[in-house]
Amino acid sequence: MDAVLAQLFAVVTFQAGFNTTVVMLGAAALGCAAGAAGTFAMLRRRALVSDAVAHGTLPGIAAAFLLAALLGRAPREAGWLMGGAGIAALVSLLAIEWLGRRPRVGHDTATAAVLAAGFGLGLALMSVVQTLAIGRQAGLESLLFGSAAGMLPGEAQMMAGLALLVLVVIALLLKEFSAVAFDPDFAATVGLPVARLDALVALVCAVVVVAALPIAGFVLAVALVVIPPAAARFWSDRAGTVVAIAAAIGSVSAFAGAALSAVLKDTPTGPAIVLVAALLFTLSLVFGRARGLLRSAA
Amino acid sequence: MLAITPPEALAPATGRLAVEGLSVAYRGVPVLTDVTWSAPLSGLTAIVGPNGAGKSTLIKAILGLVPSTGRVTIGGQSVAAMRDATAYVPQRATVDWDFPATALDVVLQGMVREPGWFRGYGRARRERALALLDRVGLADLAGRQIGQMSGGQQQRVFLARGLARNAAILFLDEPLAGVDAASERIILDVFDALDRDGRLVVCVHHDLGTVSERFADVLVLNKTVIAAGPVPEAFTPQNLARAYGVPLTV
Repeated sequence: MDAVLAQLFAVVTFQAGFNTTVVMLGAAALGCAAGAAGTFAMLRRRALVSDAVAHGTLPGIAAAFLLAALLGRAPREAGWLMGGAGIAALVSLLAIEWLGRRPRVGHDTATAAVLAAGFGLGLALMSVVQTLAIGRQAGLESLLFGSAAGMLPGEAQMMAGLALLVLVVIALLLKEFSAVAFDPDFAATVGLPVARLDALVALVCAVVVVAALPIAGFVLAVALVVIPPAAARFWSDRAGTVVAIAAAIGSVSAFAGAALSAVLKDTPTGPAIVLVAALLFTLSLVFGRARGLLRSAA
Repeated sequence: MLAITPPEALAPATGRLAVEGLSVAYRGVPVLTDVTWSAPLSGLTAIVGPNGAGKSTLIKAILGLVPSTGRVTIGGQSVAAMRDATAYVPQRATVDWDFPATALDVVLQGMVREPGWFRGYGRARRERALALLDRVGLADLAGRQIGQMSGGQQQRVFLARGLARNAAILFLDEPLAGVDAASERIILDVFDALDRDGRLVVCVHHDLGTVSERFADVLVLNKTVIAAGPVPEAFTPQNLARAYGVPLTV
């Protein structure tokens, strides 16, 4: 036990080697971006879109794996799998936006349909992958369940870069995103391009989810977008503050989860991150200053 | 409190609001058919009609929020080109009042395009928003989360957000529905001030009993125009009977 604690201390104080340090900083940056982006998805009541996009990456990952194997390339190169995931995420997003605008479908139905269809197609392709005897599928597994340990410094840097980009976009468009999330009709009469701003929020969330695949896995990546904003809402009644707190909670969750998974050898990173986030959510639910349970009881 | 000079300047003259042959259908079912209406240049105008007459839809169609056929112009120009001449005060029930925003935050949204992209509202706009809240009697509640206000107070916040547009034409959807007496008094005082400023206030109104005392003009609607014009001429028992399908006395 003491050994584990000492190791955990070494990890969180960046004394566990260059690679681990880069991965943890990348995770923290990504958690930060995910919390901030997810806040607007939550406020616009479109958090589920991120889940559909995340599940929609599965066929992309599987197809990229098969294509790489077919071309005789090493499918474990993350570039292939991440590229497949990115393309599939974009296709899912476009499908949701296009279907959601049909008057007889509606946005929530479109989201659920794309989620189910993407996941179904992904499972079918994965079963094909498993029938082929293509060596170990380690690269694949890390995208499915998340692994900080298997990450390369280059991947961690890309993750941090995307996170930074997302944070800049949100900081610059805070007032527009808030106005659209609160009252899209009014925002349209004022002349804001509501559909484009909605699409940008969805795109930013999709970017975060895809960037989070290597560390959190495709099922749990969405948790980084959904849980921190929900937790942050208990602490403040101002949209800007909720964004900042969600970013902080996301950051701490991803950082601590990555650290735990680096120390506890058999713990995949995705579940570790989600468990930390869930713990912070529970604490917020009880102690949150704006609308936590203790506050409501008082 | 209400005598304070309005923080916004007089609206520029923008010309007449004209609706020609406007039709709206939801899923193939006609909601409005061939609405042609020339609004007064200024003053207080009520839109009345039975439930399902298309009153809210008419406002939304004029503002481009629902697809429609026909033509809507302000001073001969399209509404899209004249957007800043309009302000919309939607029904209170259309938004989520749990949203993390204070009264001041909501009023500032009326100015969301003024600073330009990528910039904050700045201090001068915050002060203007505060002055607008003062004008609707809510200066003390500027920092309160909007869900923790009464219905009447929420309606006044929406009105202040509409005033922040400093528009020549204001469209309000049932602003007096379910508000307390104090809120109603304040909202009507603001209407009178807008009237004196030479602005046009177009207001969906449900209470037929108060139309004559509060509004100068009326549009009687039931899927199409039944009657329109000054209240003494258009707001007649005959026209109301045609709109509501039953004899009414007012």
